Amino acid sequence: MIPAAFDYKRASSAAEAISLVGQYGDEAKFLAGGHSLIPLMKLRLAQPAMLIDIGRIKDLSYIKDGGDFIAIGALTRHMDVEKSALVIKEVPLLAHAAGYVGDAQVRHRGTIGGSLAHADSASDLPATTLALGATYVAQGPKGERLIAAADFYKGFLESALNPDEMLTEIRVPKMNGAKWGFEKFNRRAQDWAIVGVAAWRSKDASGVALVNMGSTPILATSVSDALKSGASVADAAEKAAAEAEPQDDLNASSEYRVHLAKVLVRRALEKATA
Amino acid sequence: MVDIKVSITVNGTKEEKDVEPRTLLVHFLRDQLQLTGTNIGCDTSSCGACTVHLDGEAIKSCTVLAAQADGGSVTTIEGLSKDGVMHPMQQAFMENHGLQCGYCTPGMVMASIGLLNENPNPTEEEVRLGLEGNLCRCTGYHNIVKSVLAAAKK
Repeated sequence: MIPAAFDYKRASSAAEAISLVGQYGDEAKFLAGGHSLIPLMKLRLAQPAMLIDIGRIKDLSYIKDGGDFIAIGALTRHMDVEKSALVIKEVPLLAHAAGYVGDAQVRHRGTIGGSLAHADSASDLPATTLALGATYVAQGPKGERLIAAADFYKGFLESALNPDEMLTEIRVPKMNGAKWGFEKFNRRAQDWAIVGVAAWRSKDASGVALVNMGSTPILATSVSDALKSGASVADAAEKAAAEAEPQDDLNASSEYRVHLAKVLVRRALEKATA
Repeated sequence: MVDIKVSITVNGTKEEKDVEPRTLLVHFLRDQLQLTGTNIGCDTSSCGACTVHLDGEAIKSCTVLAAQADGGSVTTIEGLSKDGVMHPMQQAFMENHGLQCGYCTPGMVMASIGLLNENPNPTEEEVRLGLEGNLCRCTGYHNIVKSVLAAAKK
């Protein structure tokens, strides 16, 4: 399969990329690692007339200590997040989840910003950064703005980014030793999760988010509320799907997804509580 | 749509070509350079048959544009042997019956070399996990894993 024809421009800075996208408007898409966009283009589910390749903007590939948070450049590859000593130490849940995206070849090319901007509820990192309370930095023609992960996901493959905005940085709060669990249930190695769970828990707080339990990644606030009011892990896990609107597909009925979510939230929280 | 010029070093030789922007790296290798050792299997970045190295790392060439590889260095299965002597990984696949029909083999070998570059002494489990992006429909993987472990000892 070959994508429909398009024109191609390479941007060497975020400013240049934003100016190019302003010039070409709705016809244009940013290309980072391409591991979400190119498959869609091959299937003709996306047909941009202009691809703006941002993959070589080197100053957007970094991992830095921001004090309370770890700052990750949007063009940092999954493999670099997975193997970063800083991420492993301060945000181990994210390092672990990054290591389960696709397979090794995919992780060599795919980027964290590309995955989040693609806003696929079946991807691991949108839910993981949502559970961790991350903030995303978007840059547009008028400058930067911060978008909380909880406000970012608007619908199926739809984010709060304006067409002329680019995701430039992901700020993930340090976990400060909080324990965590990550569960990904799939039928074959390297597949998307049928249901996935990213969860962490500290002495007085928790964060639980679900993969593939609706058109957006789902923050399971009822689970955290239950834990806060003293519920056991098993009882809290029963509330796993309270915020979810799971879909039926070839792999699973919505009822089965609800069952899986409860089981996987329980398992993840047991790890985060051990 | 405007063609673009790319310059990609493939198996040590610099190749300069005009390509349509939509040209995938695998088609650039197979159709423009006639390097047909790299296979197209699923064409949806699942099966890994098209795995080559880009700047030393295993990638799926069906999901990378030739334009994205511009200026880079690509190694394909054809670039592994030196003076008629097989790469140790190729040798290990042969000695351990790591293939049957052979369709997945170029991708398996390239992914396995990439795996050992990053983890020279993997456990059996690490080999299985490390090759999760490559599908084989014949061998049941047992002898592929054996081959990679044997190559790691060479």
